[in-house]
Amino acid sequence: MSAARAEALAALAAVRPPLAVVAEPERLAAYEMDAYVQKRETPLAAVLPEGEAQVQAVVRALGRLAVPVVTRGAGTGISGGATPLADGVMLVVTRMRAIHAIDAAARLATVDPGVPNAQVTAAAEGAGLFFAPDPSSQVVSSIGGNVAENAGGIHCLKYGLTVHNVTGLRAVDGDGDLLAVGGEALDSPGYDLLALLAGSEGNLGVITRATLRLLPRPEVTETLLAAFGSVKAGAEAVSAIIGAGIVPAALEMMDRVVIDACERYMALGLPKSEALLLVEVDGGTEEARESRAAVERILAACGATEVRVAKDDEERAKLWKSRKGAFAALASVLPDYYTMDGSIPRRALPEVLEQVYALGREYGMVIGNVFHAGDGNIHPCIFYDAAKAGELERSEELGGRILELCIDHGGTITGEHGVGLEKLRQMCLQFRDGEIAAFHAVKAAFDPAGILNPGKAVPTLKRCAEWGGMHVRGGRVPRPDIPRF
Amino acid sequence: MAHDFIKDTCERVKDHASRKAPLAIRGGGTKAFLGALPAGEPLEVAGYAGIVAYEPRELVLVVRAGTRLAEVEAALAAEGQALAFEPPRFGEAATIGGTVACNLSGPRRPYAGAARDFVLGARIVNGRGEDLSFGGRVIKNVAGYDVSRLMAGAYGTLGVVTELSFKVLPRPPAEATLAFEMDEPAMIAAVNQWAGQPLPLSATAWESGVLRVRLSGAASAVAAARAKLGGAEVADGPAYWEALREHRLPFFDPARPLWRLSVAQTAAPIAAGHPQLVEWGAGLRWVSGDLGAARARELAAAARGHATLFRGGDRAAGVFHPLDPAIAKIHRRLKEAFDPAGVLNPGRMDNF
Repeated sequence: MSAARAEALAALAAVRPPLAVVAEPERLAAYEMDAYVQKRETPLAAVLPEGEAQVQAVVRALGRLAVPVVTRGAGTGISGGATPLADGVMLVVTRMRAIHAIDAAARLATVDPGVPNAQVTAAAEGAGLFFAPDPSSQVVSSIGGNVAENAGGIHCLKYGLTVHNVTGLRAVDGDGDLLAVGGEALDSPGYDLLALLAGSEGNLGVITRATLRLLPRPEVTETLLAAFGSVKAGAEAVSAIIGAGIVPAALEMMDRVVIDACERYMALGLPKSEALLLVEVDGGTEEARESRAAVERILAACGATEVRVAKDDEERAKLWKSRKGAFAALASVLPDYYTMDGSIPRRALPEVLEQVYALGREYGMVIGNVFHAGDGNIHPCIFYDAAKAGELERSEELGGRILELCIDHGGTITGEHGVGLEKLRQMCLQFRDGEIAAFHAVKAAFDPAGILNPGKAVPTLKRCAEWGGMHVRGGRVPRPDIPRF
Repeated sequence: MAHDFIKDTCERVKDHASRKAPLAIRGGGTKAFLGALPAGEPLEVAGYAGIVAYEPRELVLVVRAGTRLAEVEAALAAEGQALAFEPPRFGEAATIGGTVACNLSGPRRPYAGAARDFVLGARIVNGRGEDLSFGGRVIKNVAGYDVSRLMAGAYGTLGVVTELSFKVLPRPPAEATLAFEMDEPAMIAAVNQWAGQPLPLSATAWESGVLRVRLSGAASAVAAARAKLGGAEVADGPAYWEALREHRLPFFDPARPLWRLSVAQTAAPIAAGHPQLVEWGAGLRWVSGDLGAARARELAAAARGHATLFRGGDRAAGVFHPLDPAIAKIHRRLKEAFDPAGVLNPGRMDNF
């Protein structure tokens, strides 16, 4: 055992109240990666605190030794935010899973970071309330992770991201101090630290508690599934619906590759088409009915070849089955796939998707698209076979090209899954040195010693400079200094 | 001229930073009453105005920070859209940049979100005189820390906001205002209970035993909610909400200090001993009178919130609710990171 490791384990053993420490290599294997499967690493150790005081004690003890802390919830992140560091300790919050309060009158839930997302809604359901952010991993993924990634989901266009649905946070910063940010009131004095902590990928603080806003369940939800002869026609219908002043609760699209995979995997009897669009509108009974009728008219006007409307919850679940099971179905295409998470202005959807397919042809790789069309958040899935030499690397290179495409169209490299380790390189393309330096300064404000998840989320300027040299395309710097917002 | 403004601002800030000479950022000059007393040489920013990009179907607006709020709202209204946070102007010269810097939101706030919730991106000049862009023009974006949202409510102390992008929303097609006679405890219970139901609430305000409730949405939804809630329909609804938003109701007596207590929506009535107007689903309690800083903060804290001296009174005694030490530590470091020479609106947020 290295001296550094022995020292770290001794410091963890001294934490009071005593906490579970995992140090055996075979047990540490459980934490060697998150859902970003391209990278795995064995950490020095893992700890499983059961309360805030232990989290503080761990951060302080490891801070004194300059040992990095990587926070992990359920490990569902796909960008490597919870990939271990070889010289770091995993702080696993899965034992902090108490729902402290569901305050139905105030429409607030106060929960521990390890509580799975779906359990919040399950606990609030009896009061007619729900927690809006619904990442596809919601049955497993934890609230702490949702906050750290500013998770999105299917209903963001209408109900916002995680940051819009959190009113208070408690977090332990890099000094081991407890930050109580926001709370029950609609705002708080001073700078909006909650906005910084949301989406900070474990770099600014360890989330130890969250106060979540609960919303009343809409009276009625109407769900439609429309088939189109092309992705372009489907994307135009999306713009037409929003242009008509309707803000749907969900607008999800799938292309032919995904439809075929779903059909093979689940035999749902989906309409034969190049693109399927799922539209959900909700609200009061009459309002939802009116919206549905308006959407039906627009879908027909935009050339939908078939429109199915769910008559009840059972039919609604059936229509959603393809979308919700899409990723499982995709696993039947090839053994491995790599999901991208770019975000673009909605109007650019048809063009960007065309270019994504062209890139797939260039690399000789199949790409399927299932995405949040209403937000312009695309999830191209690149299929590969990791058993074949070089395929993983080529899929990563192709993925990088897709993210650059998003930047070129005025978009962003990550809509809801975070930068982690995965997109560090593209951060250098999306931002200039000044912004990258500002991000490091923000981190230093919360974590001066740099012990919280170092090396994730924001690249060093040095690495940007090294990568920059390799990234001149077509004789121009790929990051023209156009304002990005 | 556009390019020159940002370049000139960078130069000006650099020059002031080198001399540690404070700048007082000034847009339309309508919010000089808000926050701690501005100090320093004026930095005029209202000249950098105009809509950069607006595509209604994208629900995204990009605008220069000096653009008047009235102009932004007119452009959106022409397309049937609006800023959902319904910002007050407090004067016709109000700019969109000043609105965001103060994170000002109107009666719709509890049901639609605050100014900060609709900011998608911000271009700023920091205290080093660097032109930086954060966020973007897309609805979902988690690349980099959310510095654009941080600018909302930072009162210009972290950067001079030069351009902003927003998520905008369709304007609700129908509206109605209902009035109910209710005492304060009954009002607090009612507005919270209604907010837990799928009703198209868009504002509440209670004073002198009368609760007004605004409904906004599809005509059918408004009609259904009106039938469900009962109450008496008020004819002058729009005028009332505008007067509330702009603090032109008689309650807002300019001769008296105005305290803003932002508290838990379910907090019991606050015995402030001065007239109160309660809005935001009972989350915002305005107190008109010489409450005194210590008393205001004590009452707000007991109601699980914070107090701000919004207008008038003794601004030297501190305008904002004091921060706890760990939070203040982060504030100091952020200020140091964005404005190391301390030249951007120093002291406008009391200590920052």
